[in-house]
Amino acid sequence: MSAAQWRRAMNSGAGRYALRTATPAAAAPLPAVEAPRVGPAISAALGKIRLRHVIVLAAVIVYPLVVSPFFTFQIGGQSLALGLIALSLTFLGGYGGMVSLAQMSVAGLAGYMVAILGTSIDPISLHWPWWLAVAFAILIATGFATFVGWLSVRTEGIYTIMITLAIGVAFYYLTLQNYSLFAGHRGFNQVNAPDVLGVNLRDPLPFYYLSLACALGGYFFVQYIIRAPFGIALQGVRDNPRRMRALGFHVTAHRVAAYSVAGVLASVGGVLMIWYNNQISPESTGLGRMIDILVIAVLGGMRHPIGAFAGAIVFVLVQNFAIDLIARERFNLVIGCVFLAIVLFSPDGLLGLWAQLRARLAAFGAQAKFRSGG
Amino acid sequence: MRSRAFQLWAWLIVIGGPIAVFVVWALVDNARQFVSTFLNGVTLAALYFLVASGFTLVFGLMRNVNLAHGSLYLLGAYVGWEVGDATDMWLLAVAAGFLTAALVGFLLQVFVFRFMQGQDLRQTMVTIGLSIVLADLMLWQWGGVIYQFDPPRAIYGSLPMPIIRGYPTYRIVVFLGAVAIGLLLWWFLNRTRVGMMIRAGVDDRAMLAASGVNVQRVFALTFAIGAGMAGFAGVVGGTALSISPGEDTRYLLASLVVVIVGGMGSITGAAVGALLIGLAEQFGLAYAPTYGIVFTFVVMALVLAFRPRGILGKPA
Repeated sequence: MSAAQWRRAMNSGAGRYALRTATPAAAAPLPAVEAPRVGPAISAALGKIRLRHVIVLAAVIVYPLVVSPFFTFQIGGQSLALGLIALSLTFLGGYGGMVSLAQMSVAGLAGYMVAILGTSIDPISLHWPWWLAVAFAILIATGFATFVGWLSVRTEGIYTIMITLAIGVAFYYLTLQNYSLFAGHRGFNQVNAPDVLGVNLRDPLPFYYLSLACALGGYFFVQYIIRAPFGIALQGVRDNPRRMRALGFHVTAHRVAAYSVAGVLASVGGVLMIWYNNQISPESTGLGRMIDILVIAVLGGMRHPIGAFAGAIVFVLVQNFAIDLIARERFNLVIGCVFLAIVLFSPDGLLGLWAQLRARLAAFGAQAKFRSGG
Repeated sequence: MRSRAFQLWAWLIVIGGPIAVFVVWALVDNARQFVSTFLNGVTLAALYFLVASGFTLVFGLMRNVNLAHGSLYLLGAYVGWEVGDATDMWLLAVAAGFLTAALVGFLLQVFVFRFMQGQDLRQTMVTIGLSIVLADLMLWQWGGVIYQFDPPRAIYGSLPMPIIRGYPTYRIVVFLGAVAIGLLLWWFLNRTRVGMMIRAGVDDRAMLAASGVNVQRVFALTFAIGAGMAGFAGVVGGTALSISPGEDTRYLLASLVVVIVGGMGSITGAAVGALLIGLAEQFGLAYAPTYGIVFTFVVMALVLAFRPRGILGKPA
């Protein structure tokens, strides 16, 4: 496949998105064509704060105080943790042009490392202090992500998805068949979140705020890095690797580095997930879970980091309430159909729908103003 | 030229050396285990080739990574089982598996993929969505039970062999069948008019359309054949092993790895890849049981590191 074809495939949504937001030209300023400005970035970012940003931030902080523990933990905490893993895929796919299915394996490895190095009921565990175990888990999983990247960036576009899929499934079989390190099919149980300064992170409220802090950290980190020189170069590599190579950029190094960055995000998400689940087993990184992450990222839309979290919320809600729509065992059918509908009719996911809605509203408003003005 | 020959020899020594040492050791140590493992590997490779050839055919022509290929395999197997159970005719079951999967593939191409030509990523996503939905529908219809059906009496039982006492006749027949299908595919692609069109489409889609060929018809036909191969392999594999939910993932992974190792879009590559992966898997399983799957992975990583497009892959 030529670079041009791949670019078209990746950008087929982007062009329309930009066009739609740009039509009501006066109302919505174009999403800034990022220039590398690191110094005044903060003041520029402050200037861009809109009312909706404040509302969303206030809502996610107040949310656990007004809803039941079930909604705080099962819906809120899980959405944020899954969203963080999906964010790593959004970063790789949306800004690096590389759709990796192995992000769940990276997260799973981080979880396994927390269980192996830290505390669990299994005799394999080494019972390190939790902060050391977490630090090493993130380090090792990031190393694994870098290795996955190193293997898969040698190929382009659609090949990446297959190679990362093969790596991910191979990792699943490894955890299933290896008993000396990964404890085989039984996995690790009772991997409890630690007590920090007298606060039990296992409780719904502390876990929610921990997840929220990690999610916000990840979100702003991605927001920052896509405007930093590295992020700009990465987007250049996504759009036209040949030209970037001619300009003297090391294309492969940028891609592998993107895998490492995404690996950090995914492994933090993986640590949260194992604390959420209290256990880890091969099923936690199976093909179904790997595809879940892709479903979340695509559902939300890969054009903006917030899409990952929007997708995660919808996904978790469907997962928990599919039982009311149709039998619980048919959850996969519901989410599969939702996913198919999104892919077939709105390639930009929920963000694409939101952009369409805003464009409609803006056009409607402009029309009304035109009419009343005569 | 001289340095290339030198390089070839270097490769032969680096890779062939350890393998030769292993073969000699294994033959001296336990010849029976070695031979039966080898036969298992080759016959598993035959099955992998049947699944992967359809996958690589579809990818080669349409650049469509059909991640629902495993689901088509499982669908063919289930439908074949139903037909075999009702009529008690194995050949009819094979035909039913092939035709059902081919029909589904044909409908998919005509009603879905035709409208997203050139959008590779989107097509892949659609196939992922389809595989989720199909897997759940099949679980709904056939449940989590393991099905198995017997091959016809003529190829049932075991065949006397020199070193090992006997080997299942059916597996030998599957191997012969895979060779025959491979030759048939080669003949179809290289010696018939439609095959010529498909090969032309692999090389340059736009040019083929410009020379007056109805590309959509060629695409639909190829997709039907590719999907049909998956259904066919489903019945054949379901007879040799068993049918249960989760097999779709297993054969999707197998065809992915085979095709990545062998080179995308090449039937010969699929054969080479299937042989490598089948042997690696069976030898891994026999000589290092806990790490069987890791051998497959090591083979893939090695090939990717030195030939990113697979052993026989060409730049797209």
